[in-house]
Amino acid sequence: MINSLWFVVLTVMLAGYAVLDGFDLGVGTIHLLLGRDTRERGTLIDAIGPVWNGNEVWLLAAGGSMVVAFPHLYAASFSGFYLALMLVLWLLLLRGLGIEFRHQIEQDLWRHAWDVTFSVASALLALLFGVAVGNVLHGVPLDASGEFRGTFALLLNPFSILGGLLSVSVLSLHGANWIALKTEGELQARARSAARLLWWPAVALLAAMVAASFVVRPDFTHNFAAHPVLVIAPLVGLLASIAVPYFRTRGDDRGAFLAGATLIAAILASVAAGLYPELLPARAGSAHPALDIYNSASPEGSLRTALWVYLGGIALVAVYLVNIYRVWGGKVRQVYH
Amino acid sequence: MADAIVAARWQFAFTIMFHYLFPVLTMGLGVLIAVLKTLELRTRDPAYGIAARFWARIFAITFATGVVTGIPMEFQFGTNWAAFSHLAGPVVGQTLFMEGVFAFFAESSFLGVFLFAEKRVSRGLHWLSSIMVALGAVVSGFFIVATNAWMQHPVGYRMNGGRAELTSLWQLVSNPYARWQYPHVISGSLIVASMVMAGIGSYYLLSRRHEASGRLFVRVGVIAGAIFACLSLFPTGSFHGENIARYQPAKMAAMEGLFQSTERAGIAIVGMPDSERRELMDPIVVPGALSYLVYGDFRARVVGLNDIPADQQPPVEIVYYAYHIMVGLGTIFIAVLVLSALLLWRGRLFQSRGTLWVLMLAVPFPYIANHAGWVVAEVGRQPWVVYGVQRSIEGTSRNVTAGMTYFTLFGFLGLYLVVGLLYLLLFARIVNRGPGDEHEPLGSVGTGAAVAEARS
Repeated sequence: MINSLWFVVLTVMLAGYAVLDGFDLGVGTIHLLLGRDTRERGTLIDAIGPVWNGNEVWLLAAGGSMVVAFPHLYAASFSGFYLALMLVLWLLLLRGLGIEFRHQIEQDLWRHAWDVTFSVASALLALLFGVAVGNVLHGVPLDASGEFRGTFALLLNPFSILGGLLSVSVLSLHGANWIALKTEGELQARARSAARLLWWPAVALLAAMVAASFVVRPDFTHNFAAHPVLVIAPLVGLLASIAVPYFRTRGDDRGAFLAGATLIAAILASVAAGLYPELLPARAGSAHPALDIYNSASPEGSLRTALWVYLGGIALVAVYLVNIYRVWGGKVRQVYH
Repeated sequence: MADAIVAARWQFAFTIMFHYLFPVLTMGLGVLIAVLKTLELRTRDPAYGIAARFWARIFAITFATGVVTGIPMEFQFGTNWAAFSHLAGPVVGQTLFMEGVFAFFAESSFLGVFLFAEKRVSRGLHWLSSIMVALGAVVSGFFIVATNAWMQHPVGYRMNGGRAELTSLWQLVSNPYARWQYPHVISGSLIVASMVMAGIGSYYLLSRRHEASGRLFVRVGVIAGAIFACLSLFPTGSFHGENIARYQPAKMAAMEGLFQSTERAGIAIVGMPDSERRELMDPIVVPGALSYLVYGDFRARVVGLNDIPADQQPPVEIVYYAYHIMVGLGTIFIAVLVLSALLLWRGRLFQSRGTLWVLMLAVPFPYIANHAGWVVAEVGRQPWVVYGVQRSIEGTSRNVTAGMTYFTLFGFLGLYLVVGLLYLLLFARIVNRGPGDEHEPLGSVGTGAAVAEARS
């Protein structure tokens, strides 16, 4: 029971991270295309400036909940995906510096350098996170001690690359929706048409990913067949994917953004619903069964204490979250030189 | 296999020491900025507001660099120290997770308000946000020290199938080892912030620019610095020393270069440890001082390295020198800062250019002292990663080779070199531009604040 609750907690944390840091990663991905000059790009950064750091804390908190609840998953997957993860760390570093150092010196060359750094790093992160989800779905070859060595040849398979492209397109859509919500005038008009355009590749890749999942993971439907109530997750995703263009055509930026956020959360919830109780599936022929919520969990005493800490902590986080988005609500003022 | 451990050790040592250059400033600086904001609110003197805004800019770049270099720390537990994570995760995961939800969220949320929303929120809320930023930084430090204290002195757990199971959260967060370690760490961080503030203020006074702000910086920095330099020695440093002697006699023996167990153990002011001949070379010793510090009795017997099995001893030279550098510098800080505080009290500090020169050139040294202290804590814990439970050589990732870790170590070296240079460049620019006047806008919207600022 407690192990399953922690599975839910981990899903919530990762979905929270994907929705929140997702829009600022998405803004970064389309940063160079959406903002035509340094000034417009500055406005784009302003739209995420006060919130991106708090969004990224979700990744740290998700990592923390993984260490405390499923230490073997944490140890095996982080050391297994070693080089890919180090790449993620370096990209997160460059991207953060891009946002925070860019405005320190008022010089076009300096700002352009950071704009490119920020955008390229964001796009690669969006890609890598999708590749990671793809590989988790696909499974890895676990050795007898439940570990593996993730070479790029192993990790970059067609299925995970499809996941990466899906992630780039969905997060770009999410980012465009955020910019449409936060800006005015020409920039907003451009963000709106970008969001309209980006919906097409997003749904096309999502459909392709779902189809490919049936091939790569035929057992994926097992949970849904056994517990039909779980079908709610993909169903919500389907509705949300239709709601995005619906709100878009009505000019409802807030509705479109929230529908996009729901879509991302629903995708992750569907993946989790299909995987349960596995956390990191083993590929066929592995010497070790999948890492699941039992064989990689902490002892029960640790799980129990940590759940109370988590519930207290997440209540506090919710208060911060509501207030911070209230303080920074409204449009970003364009700053002119 | 042995190479992989050396590589993982180098990588962790390098990344953690580089990272700590930033939080060691922000923890203390956050508190000093909150003090400035409080003085502004109470006295309505705009000079405090100007000073708070100036230091907020330093805080912002330091915090950002600390955040981006901090993320690799948590993740390295999994990437390079998988066996450690496997064993200790159920316990240290608690404190790492609590740092995220109880400190980072508050810190990052209120920092945005503090840096960019001075015009958007009321004076009271802006003051509160400075308090919350300081609190967030200091609380974050607590959870990291609690994590480290468990590795130094594991409590509140039992072993269960090769994993440490938490039995008491209260024991974990009230670890007796952390009781004086934590105040000592915070006190050290406040010395850094105070001496940086006093040093920049001295620079302004010596170069006769921004003199009003310069005097304020020197005043606040010298007073706070003198207080915390003394607190670092007593009570935090001396009581933490007693704890080390109680819980980790091997570390204490290495710190003091005490090769032989002895009564009336002395403290070596100088001297070079010789691990081959098991003695201190050319020592100058204060007899009985160590016995007194540890047991309150000049005649007490202190355990030396000869009574500790060879496979449970830390490397003596590194621990010995790091400890002596920390204590030596700490003593000099007390002398310089207390003297400066006396001159300030007599109204002669701002004319004493010699003292201002010393304060300006002293800025790097509190960083060195803090880092040396952590070297004592971490190298002195060796050969254990979790004291008495898991050896460091058993804590690494089995599926990560030396080649992989050296690859990423060199990556970190290159990347952090660039980050360090950029940080210094921006730091120097902020100092060079100097504090603004009371009409200077701190900006109201996002990071465009800086654009608005540059226009004025």
